[in-house]
Amino acid sequence: MSATAEKTDGATLIDLRAEFSAAGIEDFLAALDRDLVGLKPVKARIREIASLLLIERVRQRLGFTTDTPTLHMSFTGNPGTGKTTVALRMAGILKALGFIRQGQLISVTRDDLVGQYIGHTAPKTKEILKKAIGGVLFIDEAYYLYRPDNERDYGQEAIEILLQVMENQREDMVVILAGYGDRMDKFFTMNPGFRSRIAHHIDFPDYDDGELLSISETMPARQNYCFAPPARAAMQDYIARRRAQPYFSNARSIRNTLDRARLRQAGRLIAHEGPVRSEMLMEIAPEDILTSRVFKGVPDSAGPEHG
Amino acid sequence: MRVTQGCFSFLPDLTDDQISKQVQYCLDNGWAVSLEYTDDPHPRNTYWDMWGHPMFDIRDAKAIMGELAECRRMHGEVYIRLCAFDSTHTWESLRMSFIVQRPTNEPGFMLARHEKGGRSIGYETRAYVMEKPEGTRYS
Repeated sequence: MSATAEKTDGATLIDLRAEFSAAGIEDFLAALDRDLVGLKPVKARIREIASLLLIERVRQRLGFTTDTPTLHMSFTGNPGTGKTTVALRMAGILKALGFIRQGQLISVTRDDLVGQYIGHTAPKTKEILKKAIGGVLFIDEAYYLYRPDNERDYGQEAIEILLQVMENQREDMVVILAGYGDRMDKFFTMNPGFRSRIAHHIDFPDYDDGELLSISETMPARQNYCFAPPARAAMQDYIARRRAQPYFSNARSIRNTLDRARLRQAGRLIAHEGPVRSEMLMEIAPEDILTSRVFKGVPDSAGPEHG
Repeated sequence: MRVTQGCFSFLPDLTDDQISKQVQYCLDNGWAVSLEYTDDPHPRNTYWDMWGHPMFDIRDAKAIMGELAECRRMHGEVYIRLCAFDSTHTWESLRMSFIVQRPTNEPGFMLARHEKGGRSIGYETRAYVMEKPEGTRYS
């Protein structure tokens, strides 16, 4: 038994707080709070799950339980709400607590699991599962695995193999299914086997305008870009307008916008007569954002030309 | 006669737990593990049959042990070896290779002498099992 447990009067006292910090979980959770903007309910759920897993681990060590808990999860939420990012952190937490051995995240979609002809699917799925052993298998847009309109679809075969592994090899890997909320709900009603094998359902809320603005400031800061003060106001305006348009995908839209703003900034600087100050290479000006098509009422993803 | 090739071959045969630990060591070093089998025990036989492709991108020994179990099931009475390939530039070769299964009965090798001109002698080692055709040598 570890140093954090001591015997008094036959009862064993366990310092859970010490266990918590020994596993390094507090660091993971603090990093999660620091690095990801918003997502309060998600962070709260992850904290709960981490506590549960810690208790489970202590119980295992004391011999109260020998079962491996079911850890499979489903992440639902709109595009760009941070599902993949959180899955990556989750793999770290599970590794720190010793519920998975290696801690890698294998991110796949239907194409990686389902084959194109008879007999192709099983080896393909098993190949992916082999890579995921000891880590987390993240299946993005999991509902595409199941095509109700085509009963001979090979997706069914992949689903059966997955269900079997999720049941029989629980100590080897954790499966996280991710996708949009409503379609995942439909997927689970069509495949009750999945619902019963998944212990934790986490719903990712959309970001509000303030959170998106702060994301739009932290993202370029990592690459040494910053907003000129009027550009920040332009960005605020942009977010409000962009949200109302179709194909809005939260943080991913913001990232694309920033990429396009950098493109325009580069064009502007090249067109600039004479030498430029070095700070100008770091600064995104309001006109880099204001020239976006969004301000002309055209959807951002409407066509091939850059908005 | 016990065939000794590769690492650990002068030790008693490794248990599955010990093999698993060795495999994890290889994987932790970033080496690609592969399985090969043969029923031609001659030491100069370098071309063993491959059991599938070398397994790249595997992180946990359990995946390899599953393949090994499958290979043993399909090929009971032959030699199986496990190789770890290091793709690091300038190395690009096997780092480690060891036998993980051997036939229960290993008849060993015959030494043949060829008398040549001028009373000089050439030597040849030949495995007794090689008298038989492939696939029936250890069954």
